[in-house]
Amino acid sequence: MSYHNPPTPPRKSATFDDASLAEIRRAAATGIYDIRGGGTKRHVPHFDDLLFLGASMSRYPLEGYRERCDTSVTLGTRFARKPIELKIPVTIAGMSFGALSGPAKEALGRGATIAGTSTTTGDGGMTDEERGHSELLVYQYLPSRYGMNPVDLRRCDAIEIVVGQGAKPGGGGMLLGQKISDRVAEMRTLPKGIDQRSACRHPDWTGPDDLEIKILELREITDWEKPIYIKVGGSRPYYDTALAVKAGADVVVLDGMQGGTAASQDVFIEHVGLPTLACIRPAVKALQDLGMHRKVQLIVSGGIRNGADVAKALALGADAVSVGTAALVALGDNDPKWEAEYNALGTTAGAYDDWHEGKDPAGITTQDPALASRLDPVAAGRRLANYLKVITLEAQTIARACGHNDLHNLEPEDLVALTIEAAAMAEVPLAGTTWIPGKTGL
Amino acid sequence: MCGIVGLFLKDRALEDRLGEMLSDMLVTMTDRGPDSAGIAVYGKAVPGRVKVTIQCDTPGADFPALDVLVRDVAGEMASIAVKDTHAVVELSREKADPLRAALAAAPQTFRIMSVGETMEIYKETGLPKDVVSRFSIRQMRGTHGIGHTRMATESAVTTLGAHPFSTGDDQCLVHNGSLSNHNNLRRDLVRQGITFETENDSEVAAAYLTARMRAGSNLGEALTSALDDLDGFFTFVVGTKTGFGVLRDPIACKPAVMAETERYVAFGSEYRALVGLPGIENARVWEPEPASVYFWDRDGATGQAMLAA
Amino acid sequence: MPAFDLAATPLRDLNQALHAVTPKTNDRAFEIRNPRGSHAVAVGCSEPVTVAVHGSVGYYCGGMNAAADITIHGSAGPGVAENMMSGRVVVEGDASQYAGATGRGGLLVIKGNASSRCGISMKGIDIVVGGNVGHMSAFMGQSGHLVVCGDAGEALGDSLYEAKLFVRGKVKSLGADCIEKEMRPEHLQALERLLAEAGMTDIEPTEFRRYGSARKLYTFNIDNADAY
Repeated sequence: MSYHNPPTPPRKSATFDDASLAEIRRAAATGIYDIRGGGTKRHVPHFDDLLFLGASMSRYPLEGYRERCDTSVTLGTRFARKPIELKIPVTIAGMSFGALSGPAKEALGRGATIAGTSTTTGDGGMTDEERGHSELLVYQYLPSRYGMNPVDLRRCDAIEIVVGQGAKPGGGGMLLGQKISDRVAEMRTLPKGIDQRSACRHPDWTGPDDLEIKILELREITDWEKPIYIKVGGSRPYYDTALAVKAGADVVVLDGMQGGTAASQDVFIEHVGLPTLACIRPAVKALQDLGMHRKVQLIVSGGIRNGADVAKALALGADAVSVGTAALVALGDNDPKWEAEYNALGTTAGAYDDWHEGKDPAGITTQDPALASRLDPVAAGRRLANYLKVITLEAQTIARACGHNDLHNLEPEDLVALTIEAAAMAEVPLAGTTWIPGKTGL
Repeated sequence: MCGIVGLFLKDRALEDRLGEMLSDMLVTMTDRGPDSAGIAVYGKAVPGRVKVTIQCDTPGADFPALDVLVRDVAGEMASIAVKDTHAVVELSREKADPLRAALAAAPQTFRIMSVGETMEIYKETGLPKDVVSRFSIRQMRGTHGIGHTRMATESAVTTLGAHPFSTGDDQCLVHNGSLSNHNNLRRDLVRQGITFETENDSEVAAAYLTARMRAGSNLGEALTSALDDLDGFFTFVVGTKTGFGVLRDPIACKPAVMAETERYVAFGSEYRALVGLPGIENARVWEPEPASVYFWDRDGATGQAMLAA
Repeated sequence: MPAFDLAATPLRDLNQALHAVTPKTNDRAFEIRNPRGSHAVAVGCSEPVTVAVHGSVGYYCGGMNAAADITIHGSAGPGVAENMMSGRVVVEGDASQYAGATGRGGLLVIKGNASSRCGISMKGIDIVVGGNVGHMSAFMGQSGHLVVCGDAGEALGDSLYEAKLFVRGKVKSLGADCIEKEMRPEHLQALERLLAEAGMTDIEPTEFRRYGSARKLYTFNIDNADAY
């Protein structure tokens, strides 16, 4: 009787997994790195790894519908003659006309205005629709200076000097030509249809000592009215925050690696930068060390989805948060109602990230007039306003449960962590212990 | 990230005013760096003697002990001049190393800012105007000097983190910019036996130049090799006992302006630093080229500028 | 004639006065003395005024200028006339790096030399330099003209889009995707006009060579990757 060896089942490498193999084949076939939109897709420690300690015996909660819990925040109180007053501590992050369609930008302005907050231009200048529909508009000052001019600089409500973003700290970029329509090309002074290269450094200053002089120029041009924000990608948040303060910022915007981009190399998005959770405490420490916490406001962005995320970011020391990806989803991005069309593009609702190709079935990340017309800016703006109000209510619910009459009274001591990683990054104790890794206990 | 100034005199008649001119230049650059300030002044050499500049955070309590310590090492032939937190000890050359050893062994914290026949370094946290007045820099005379006001980037705001950095006798360096390979370079230099006082990238640059000069290069050659071995952004101004050099990295983002007349060579991060100098209206004013070494030496040809390959 | 002595008057007063000019203002000739390397002098002008600056200025003089005619009787620090929209800025001496950076219109004349990155990311400005320009000049230049009567440093016109470059002297090296191009009659005419506007009429347009984009970086090709 013959004896058969039991067969060895096929085994794939954990290192060379399907995704890695597919990427090698894709690179070999096309000769271009993988470009996509959005932020990191890998799992990183995040706000989900934190929990709030609600009130019970030792603390008293506030009554949900009767006892007030303030959500307002003022940005730019340090030097600007006209600080920005927001009703909610959630702003709309910078996203360009070019990356987004005209109706999408209009919808962001409408939604933010209903909710009492600001929206932000992007790498491509300011459109009239956007200015017209945004009560509070932040004008980004980027290395490319696409669309930069003194008229728009004076008709914005704040200026955001972009040093970097969480999806690609230290990177410039290249946006492929498919989305450079006539209007986008004109605003950027570029020929139509060509790849748009973005420099990684500003053209006329390098370093915080020069930046201080650049800020002086912008303040002089705008007669010291506008708050000046400095936006950095999360990589060395302690030093970057301290240097932004020294250079004269009114507001620091800190974007973690879950923060999205219109188009970047996947390798950059997945392998460069810090998770949002890991950015906040070093930045707050820098502000505290300089005696500037709450005087120079800190806006945190990258992966904010719900009111719990808002409350956690504020508890760790932020003054406000910013949403980009979530705002696009609220408008209708990646909606399963377009599933058949996502399938036709080789993807599925929830996974579509080829924003640079301009074929967005939801009509948001496109310059195709037919696709863009699918988005009703009034209805989409209403959805965004609903979403912003809901997450603010959620954050208030949590703050009241912790006994606070202002979202900004949330503290790190209201939090515990579920994992050692999150405990170390957020500098809060592991749940049920007094252990903050690297700080206290054994 | 910083403001830098430097002044190298050709006309001896200006030597009485070196401290005053350098102080004005440095104070003008205050906006470029609010954290700390420092100045190196090259004065008169006394044959056979060296000057050791020593800093102490608690001068009132501890300088009496320094006096005793110096007497133990060098007897009555040594002199001590105290200025605020700094004390300049002048003693015979062969007593310098015993003094170092005694300072290291002392229970008090005495930090050596500089050792040299002519160079004295004064630096502290705070604004240039305060540092200049605490150490009476305006009253100092000398042949050349370098100043720095610091906007700290990644290392601590401390006295030792202030510039100029000195890692060899009569040698000092100030830096504007940030180096990106200083950690690796530091490990190499430590293996070569060089010790560091701070985590500062600029100290690595100073130590690198000292190591090259110890190996036989002159200042110009050391600066030229720095172009290959240092990565990142930098404008350096360096001093030696008789020399004064300027180097910008190949990308040359950090600002630099130079002025030369028959009486002096001057360096500033901005033109503002130079406007008070005598005869500036008729000076040759230019920006140092990228990846180029500029180097003047009192012993060699005056006003020598050489370009790296 | 409004006069400002920056040794005695704050910068804010000067710029505020310039911004207060309206189409009805009669007194439109500003005199500025003792700039002593000050930054942000005469920035954000938006009316056709004349500004004479007697002395050398620091960073960003004439920044975002629209319509004003600014003359610097001295040298200019980094970023002179950055992001200029229209009007004219004249530097009688030398200019530091980033002169005319991202400028969208108007004319910048530098009678002496310009340093590195002259005309970086230019978007429609015309720049005429009487002397030399430093390295990386017209980097990513999108539109407009850069006229260099002397020599150009390394990597002229790197990653160029559609800015037109004219150099009379030597070019140390051309940047990625920048090539010499044929000088056609329309280019000679443009050059003649620019030299005339800059008051440099003793120089013949035929002495210049023209450089522009090879347009090979306009669409990505992996075999050009070493150019990025």
